Amino acid sequence: MVDGKKLVVSASPHLRTKDTTQRIMLDVIIALIPALIAAIVLFGPRVLAVTATTVISAVLSEFVARKVMKRHNTIQDLSAVVTGLILAFNLPVSIPLWMAAIGSFFAIVVVKQMFGGIGQNFANPAIVARIVLLLSFGQAMGNWTAPLSWKTDAVSTATPLAIIGGESTEALPSLLDMFLGIRGGCLGETCSLALIVGGIYLMARKVISYKIPVAFIGTVAVIMLIAGKFDLEFVAYELMGGGLLLGAFFMATDYSTSPIKSNAKIVFGVGCGLLTCVIRLFASLPEGVSFAILIMNLLVPHIETIMAPKPFGTVKEKKAKEGEAK
Amino acid sequence: MAEKKSLGKEFTKGLIAENPVFRLVLGTCPTLATSTSVVNALGMGISAMIVLICSNIVISLLRKIIPDKVRIPAYIVVIASFVTIVQMIVKAFVPALDAALGVFLPLIVVNCIILGRAEAFAGKNSVVASAVDGLGMGVGFTIALCLMASVREVLGAGTFLAGAQNLLVLFGENVLDGFNGFTLPWTEYLTPMTVFILAPGGFLTFGLLMACANKLAEKKGKPKAGLGGCQACPMAKNCALLAEGKECKEEKKEGETA
Repeated sequence: MVDGKKLVVSASPHLRTKDTTQRIMLDVIIALIPALIAAIVLFGPRVLAVTATTVISAVLSEFVARKVMKRHNTIQDLSAVVTGLILAFNLPVSIPLWMAAIGSFFAIVVVKQMFGGIGQNFANPAIVARIVLLLSFGQAMGNWTAPLSWKTDAVSTATPLAIIGGESTEALPSLLDMFLGIRGGCLGETCSLALIVGGIYLMARKVISYKIPVAFIGTVAVIMLIAGKFDLEFVAYELMGGGLLLGAFFMATDYSTSPIKSNAKIVFGVGCGLLTCVIRLFASLPEGVSFAILIMNLLVPHIETIMAPKPFGTVKEKKAKEGEAK
Repeated sequence: MAEKKSLGKEFTKGLIAENPVFRLVLGTCPTLATSTSVVNALGMGISAMIVLICSNIVISLLRKIIPDKVRIPAYIVVIASFVTIVQMIVKAFVPALDAALGVFLPLIVVNCIILGRAEAFAGKNSVVASAVDGLGMGVGFTIALCLMASVREVLGAGTFLAGAQNLLVLFGENVLDGFNGFTLPWTEYLTPMTVFILAPGGFLTFGLLMACANKLAEKKGKPKAGLGGCQACPMAKNCALLAEGKECKEEKKEGETA
């Protein structure tokens, strides 16, 4: 009995981190806010309507799905809010709101809750929702609005990657415009500056590791450098065009669909980059980040199995057999 | 054994309890490929049903003549003959359906359901029982296809029974006042989700309907489809090996050594 305090005996663990799912998701939301503000400035108030639709319908889907499946309520962990936000960032600003709501329903109910809820989803919900919408409503999903016009039906434009791909003869925006996001594209993917700020915040808070984004973006940079015959300007357009930064910082790093081990993370990032480049350079689509991440999501369990670490003190089977033969 | 069962039971088991698509998980390839519209699904289901009944009858008739070692090639020859007949009939009388089904019509030859029923049932049971079994399984297959196709056509194309004249041409020109399917009223405002007509939507619908079938089976206390072990097999009731107290594993081993 020192200082009148009782000796407390308890089972381990004795030290607990303050990181909860809720806190991590809150960090992701904070990191997404700069890009959201940029999107509102670039594409006008309709951004808010689209974002509100996806977020509210995502939370509502989660609530109803958990109720129907008779599981405990999980909307307070904020993961549905994050899914809704990221999905909104992947849509063009002119999308009809009911399509955005269907996207959220797909992301939460089909991809997440049917497989067991948070941490059990086989692929990133927002990415699958984006791909389902892309395959279903090709026209609405490819309707790009010119930035700073603030009207969804006034001026349409082409994305930089479509221009590079030769689908449009419009002039490319300048590199500074690309960096600030003054170009056609999904509402959250255009402003490279805001996405990089958000990404750095997440890394500084240790919510995500630098390995996946660096491996992803690095691979794209190297391949595009070679494919573009060492033209640095081409590489800059490829890195800032499309959804590469959004995908690398916010979608490829999703906990339940990316590897845990650090060397497996690098393999995952390189794979994402490789597939993105293959789709951009050789496929009929101008952009391939979402498909690349989806394919790598499905390969994650296999990457983890192949790269399983060797327990200390054990000998590989082959070597053990060789040893016996000797 | 199975022959003692009433004919009514032989028929009804194919509808739900041993539904070839949702419970036995057979014939998934034609199911996914031809269930893009209800009319195609009906055409495919009926064609497969005719082949199934005819081949079941003939194989059952020949079951004591066909030597055990060459039974599979013998079955295939019988099935292929009937498929050729059906294909010629379809080409002659409903050419639009032939064009829509394409390669999947001749591919009925290697349809798992038909070969599976020949192997599991017709090769061991009487002619009448085999015919009824074929009818039940054929109707079950058609129902499953139509269920899948209804979901996919309504969500994916915004129509129901579109192109019905392709099938109705069998009864003459412009029957039912030239009825050619409904266009659903909400397609004016909502674009149909094309993804359901594409392959990913097919897999999705298949998975969801199978989950529903499993849920129904669970309520009735029957084993789920697609889980390992002989006891979980929906065909356990008819399995000759289980009746003898053996399991499939032994069968495989015997096959390997033979």
